Amino acid sequence: MSSLNEVPRDNRIIISVLGRDRVGIIAAVSGVLSAAGVNILDISQTILQGYFAMILVADMGESNTDLETLKEKLNTLGAELGLRIDAQHVDVFNYMHRL
Amino acid sequence: MLSMQEILETIKMVQEENLDIRTITMGISLRDCGHLETKTACRRIYDKITRLAGGLVEAGEKISRQYGIPIVNKRISVTPISLIAECSDAENYLAFARALEEAAGATGVNFIGGFSALVQKGYTVGDRRLIASIPEALAATERVCASVNVATTKAGINMDAVLQMGQVIKETARLTADRQGGGCARLVVFANAPEDNPFMAGAFHGTGEPESVINVGVSGPGVVRNVVERLGGADLGTLAEEIKKTAFKITRMGELVGRTAARMLQVPFGIVDISLAPTPAVGDSVAEILEAMGLERCGAHGSTAALALLNDAVKKGGSMASSYVGGLSGAFIPVSEDAGMIRAVQEKALDLTKLEAMTCVCSVGLDMIAVPGDTPAETIAAIIADQAAIGVINQKTTAVRIIPAYGKAVGDMVEFGGLLGSAPVMAVNPFSAAKFVKRGGRIPAPIHSFSN
Repeated sequence: MSSLNEVPRDNRIIISVLGRDRVGIIAAVSGVLSAAGVNILDISQTILQGYFAMILVADMGESNTDLETLKEKLNTLGAELGLRIDAQHVDVFNYMHRL
Repeated sequence: MLSMQEILETIKMVQEENLDIRTITMGISLRDCGHLETKTACRRIYDKITRLAGGLVEAGEKISRQYGIPIVNKRISVTPISLIAECSDAENYLAFARALEEAAGATGVNFIGGFSALVQKGYTVGDRRLIASIPEALAATERVCASVNVATTKAGINMDAVLQMGQVIKETARLTADRQGGGCARLVVFANAPEDNPFMAGAFHGTGEPESVINVGVSGPGVVRNVVERLGGADLGTLAEEIKKTAFKITRMGELVGRTAARMLQVPFGIVDISLAPTPAVGDSVAEILEAMGLERCGAHGSTAALALLNDAVKKGGSMASSYVGGLSGAFIPVSEDAGMIRAVQEKALDLTKLEAMTCVCSVGLDMIAVPGDTPAETIAAIIADQAAIGVINQKTTAVRIIPAYGKAVGDMVEFGGLLGSAPVMAVNPFSAAKFVKRGGRIPAPIHSFSN
């Protein structure tokens, strides 16, 4: 059955990067995103208990790929850099923290 | 705009604290599948389930990937089979159980619930045949779940059914002794059974439900435990407040997933069941929440009060988060599926009597309890009667899912595998209740005034 309706209407995603800080993290992540045609809207980063945490908000509206494929690419990059990189649809966060 | 802290909180819940959606359950009405010929009825049942739920597993996996939240189970609940099979000429309903099993296999779900009968006030012909078929049906299948409602607050307790269920449980355990009595893990005896419960083994699609519906069961004991731990020595009002907020966040995920699944499958969205459902995984335990509240072990004096606080706070937070809350909604305290409960039993902190007291304030009842294989059917029936009485008087759902473990004695472990976990065999009261439960008849419905 492949007639499943596509769901999320908002195209924004949140990419989280967690791990040890090193040179070139932003460059590598934004490289993957630009290759996929994903537009970065906002970046913020912080150091949490010695760990590097970066959150990117990005728009997939013009992207040439889907979220699943993008997630796989980011997971692979994360494995190479020794970081945990994940992408989730913005609805997950909005639903949890906003009524 | 979301804050960094909010985003990180969500990520931590999913990645480190085992937040997951425990089940997406599609309820399907089979009321148009009855037929005089059993074969035709079974084919109709199979066809309807596979047609409506064909995309369920795919939808669940897709949502899970898109939102990055694990959805552990995809399941199906159907109209109580006693109502459907009754139209047929069959005297044994094994064929219907097999049809359900085949449909479950074809759709890829791990459990299908609804081999059920509602007999709180008495039996129809179909109810009798269904209940008599339960042991054989559970022995012949792997995914079919059976449930029987023997009592309601409005009807009282059908003690004939209570006694019979004691015998059915014993027989099921005997027929599935090669699987550690595992058939009994798929058999629930209810009082006040909800018609929209998405959790197995007690799920069925009630007669007041629509043609088809999506119900979601959330989980997240690990998330709640970490919140309680972080609060340190805070007073209980603060604790309740923070548990409420956490339950809210967990339930919102259920709401999101349920609505998305319903839209994908073009089926109405039913309810979110806001239960804290433990799994055998480390850190995913309701008992550990109670221990984090300050009990040395779950089962210590104070456990009932701690569980009452937890259960109520979860309901309050969850109710704010979802437009439609239903099912069992609260905290589950199964023994075999909760590493903390298992430890509490092994260390003799928790016994059947304390567990029974805790069921007065939890959302279900005596769940996944292993007892010695030589426990008489009458004693099991008496345990069911006690649970039913608690449910009927307190106007709540109670249930018994008990496994007589053949050849095992108190203290031995019984392995069920997977989400069902493993259970230490617990001691039952050795004194007989046989004369009481054999009296039969109905315990009348309770009065609802003078409630003290």
